[in-house]
Amino acid sequence: MSEPSKLEPSKLEPSPRNLSRRKLITTGLAATAGVAGLGVAARIAQKYGLIPPDRGGFYGLGETLTYASQRLLTRHSLAREFSRSQISQTPFPNEMPPLNDAFKSLQAGGFADWRLSVSGMVGRPASFSLAQLKSYPSHSQITMVQCEEGWSYIAEWNGVPLSQILQAVEVHPQARYVVYFSIDPDWWESIDMADALHPQTFLTYGMNGGELPVGNGGPLRLRVARQLGYKSVKFITHLTVTDNLKTFGKGLGSSAPEGGYAWYAGI
Amino acid sequence: MATRHSVLVRVTHWITTLCFFALLVSGIEIVISHPRFYWGETGNDLTPTLFKLPIPASRNFVPSGYGYVLPDQNGWSRYLHFQSAWLLVFTGLLYVIFSLLNGHLRRDLLPHGADLSWRALSRSIASHLRFEQPSAAEASSYNVLQRLSYLFVIFVLFPFVIWTGLAMSPAFVSAVPAAVNILGGQQSARTLHFFVSVALVLFLLVHVGMVWFAGFRSRMRAMITGRVTASKEGA
Repeated sequence: MSEPSKLEPSKLEPSPRNLSRRKLITTGLAATAGVAGLGVAARIAQKYGLIPPDRGGFYGLGETLTYASQRLLTRHSLAREFSRSQISQTPFPNEMPPLNDAFKSLQAGGFADWRLSVSGMVGRPASFSLAQLKSYPSHSQITMVQCEEGWSYIAEWNGVPLSQILQAVEVHPQARYVVYFSIDPDWWESIDMADALHPQTFLTYGMNGGELPVGNGGPLRLRVARQLGYKSVKFITHLTVTDNLKTFGKGLGSSAPEGGYAWYAGI
Repeated sequence: MATRHSVLVRVTHWITTLCFFALLVSGIEIVISHPRFYWGETGNDLTPTLFKLPIPASRNFVPSGYGYVLPDQNGWSRYLHFQSAWLLVFTGLLYVIFSLLNGHLRRDLLPHGADLSWRALSRSIASHLRFEQPSAAEASSYNVLQRLSYLFVIFVLFPFVIWTGLAMSPAFVSAVPAAVNILGGQQSARTLHFFVSVALVLFLLVHVGMVWFAGFRSRMRAMITGRVTASKEGA
């Protein structure tokens, strides 16, 4: 049994007299400074792109803290890459909603007519066939797909870095986000330029040395290696460059927040 | 009338309580979307598990052994989980920094040297096992087992649950790969996060049980108002 600790003066009940006028004034000044400081911090954060589009609502503060801190910490960091021996024997294709008729007819033609159109804040809007995308030097990475549910697998991904395509279409320097759309109209996402220009962000057309299977997003998937799987949209047909996400959907940045999920999925 | 708990201890205690319940509820919701656990870097429905929870899942692909699927609550659960985690981290920092500065840590949490002998420890353990009523002294001071448990929760379990949580973040580990590599992989981190959470829940159960045993009303009053009346202890 331990000795009872001595009662320190600070442990005694504060008497009303202790709440002096000076204390009230200092507290008031501190609170005002705090609020003003928050305002300034918010403006600086906005300027440096540290505020996510789903900043509103009850969870906005937590989302902003996560996005801002990870953006400051990870702007240029690379997702972990693995050795060939760590590639999963069973790359899990996940459950998919039924593919629509537009997809099926392109699939029937061996995806020869699959196009990726690029528009928005670019000097030369363009439309790429898969063959055209494959004519760029092919890159590969062995990285992990991590689902928000908790499962994961490692695969080798082949494709062309999105930054190369953005360079080819002469992306404007004022660009802030890339919005990308699946052939499934319910699935569209966006990423900031830190992720769009990131060397591991691929327009992916191959997996483990072969074509990218439909189950894993073939014929074309945008792989965002540092975010959870739902940001790596499958079957992409269109991407557009913008400086403002307000005009897309409900203005929350992507379909994920409209369905109750975070826009930023680095965690 | 004496103050048992300082304002800082009381405020951070209840914010921590609130955050812990938010993290627990949202954590359970997140886990039921994939109640399977693995060791190493990867794991999914097609790979063998380390163990799985005998509960249905909220996604119909998961081979849970149940014929039905629970509603998917992952979206708000994840938002709430991270929001509460942030609040808890700030609260914890506030508590630790001020406890170091004002002597709370040294005075109230670090065990006295004499209490750490085997004889003293075993006497304290035996008295707990016999469910002896706490002495009047314990109304104003933590006993040695309390001190050791609180130190373990504050400086081992909470830091480890934050670490294993961060180790699951693909962006965080891109900047700090050692955070996940040391743990043996991303799925290992997830499994460890689950075990530490279970340890924290066990602590919570024992903690609430002890409060109940020591006198729920007086201990709750002490943690809410700070006041305690030593003579009425155990009543």
